[in-house]
Amino acid sequence: MAVKVVIPTPLRQFAGKKDSVEIDASTVGEALAGLTSQFGDLRKHLFNEEGKLRSFVNVYVNDEDIRFLQKDQTPVHESDVISIVPSIAGGSLICCICS
Amino acid sequence: MPTLTSAPTLQLSNDEILRYSRHLIMPEVAMDGQLKLKQAKVLCIGAGGLGTPLALYLAAAGVGKLGMVDFDVVDYTNLQRQIIHDTDDVGRPKLESARDTIRDINPNVEVVPYETHLNSENAIDIFKDYDIVADGTDNFPTRYLVNDACVLLGKPNVYGSIFRFEGQASVFYAKEGPCYRCLYPEPPPPGLVPSCAEGAVLGVLPGIVGSIQALETIKLILGKGKPLIGRLLLFDALDLKFRELKLRKNPDCPVCGTHPTVTKLIDYEQFCGIRGEEHVPETNVPEITVKELKQMMDAKKPFVLVDVREAHEYQICRIDGSKLIPLGDVPKRMHELNSADDIVVHCRSGVRSAKAVEFLMKSGFKKIHNLQGGVLAWARDIDPSMPTY
Ligand SMILES: [Zn+2]
Repeated sequence: MAVKVVIPTPLRQFAGKKDSVEIDASTVGEALAGLTSQFGDLRKHLFNEEGKLRSFVNVYVNDEDIRFLQKDQTPVHESDVISIVPSIAGGSLICCICS
Repeated sequence: MPTLTSAPTLQLSNDEILRYSRHLIMPEVAMDGQLKLKQAKVLCIGAGGLGTPLALYLAAAGVGKLGMVDFDVVDYTNLQRQIIHDTDDVGRPKLESARDTIRDINPNVEVVPYETHLNSENAIDIFKDYDIVADGTDNFPTRYLVNDACVLLGKPNVYGSIFRFEGQASVFYAKEGPCYRCLYPEPPPPGLVPSCAEGAVLGVLPGIVGSIQALETIKLILGKGKPLIGRLLLFDALDLKFRELKLRKNPDCPVCGTHPTVTKLIDYEQFCGIRGEEHVPETNVPEITVKELKQMMDAKKPFVLVDVREAHEYQICRIDGSKLIPLGDVPKRMHELNSADDIVVHCRSGVRSAKAVEFLMKSGFKKIHNLQGGVLAWARDIDPSMPTY
């Protein structure tokens, strides 16, 4: 069953410049695993060394935060939209590691 | 709904009645609301991209007291989006420039400038006199500082953030909903912040997001409508789409949860990992200066000059004879380089090229140097006719 995963602007460079990807999955965990196996560079931006979602990355199924659902066990259904929402900072000095 | 001001006792002058007539004739504002605005005290952090529409619209709307915190000076790269500043203001403190613009728009507004770097020592003192804090700085240390200070003082924090084409906005008000730490307990470590785009942003975007912050601030003052409390607004300017996510109060939140671990302000620069050595880029790769590079060129020494910036940066300016291999392409294109050649690698300021040199050295390149300071140093010391960005 294919669900849509919306990739935020800062992470598109690690996901083949795509703004969304269709993944076959029945839980959020499966969808993110499918996504990171397709785009390996995404993994370290989404997960820490223990394989847990990073604290500055939130994942939503439709408009609900999975931390308040069943986390990565949250079931997803056809036509559900999974959104990855990292914290962003525009004019940030730490955003600008090259400036 | 927060009640921010007591029953209004002051009055509007005839000039003010005329000035605010388009508010006064709408029932959602009317005289009551306009007097609330006049009594309101709003603190605007930052007089930059988001701070511009915030300050301009709040002043025009008749907010009585507008505090502004900033210690920056206007530069040319600000003018593309920070329209509170004029070309003539380049080189002036942002607060002076902003105050002049606000005075021109509405002389009834009392502007209180705080020309200082907001930190854990001064934040509580500055914040305590205000009803609402609107954060227009858009950087992680200030964002966590503003969040925590607002939670500790029980004040609403009107939040906005932008990244290239994408914006976020919300109202964090721990008394009535989640705070920023409920959403993101910790900031990203600097090395993982995914971008080399140096704060690239479409000029209109902060105008839109900052205007939403101004709107939410005014709604809080008036006590009208449904504020963005408990909701995160996402704006995608490229697709022109607004989306909304639900934010919930996190009982484990370190600052507004049931057992808070943050009970006073901390060192936010350290918290965000940008203090001291950690922020200093890797410089343990062999380097040469732009003057040495120029000497190599003048002496017609054979070497390969590699530019690891992006193609769109290469279009802005380049050092003659350089070969463009964007940093991300270096691994798959390093076969185009010969490890027997002398190689000099450069970027805009020398950080990305240091990474490239580090990578290439690991791959067996030995006669390789990083150009200290990149094209910025080249433009400054060798070719002043070169444009910089
Ligand atoms: Zn909280």
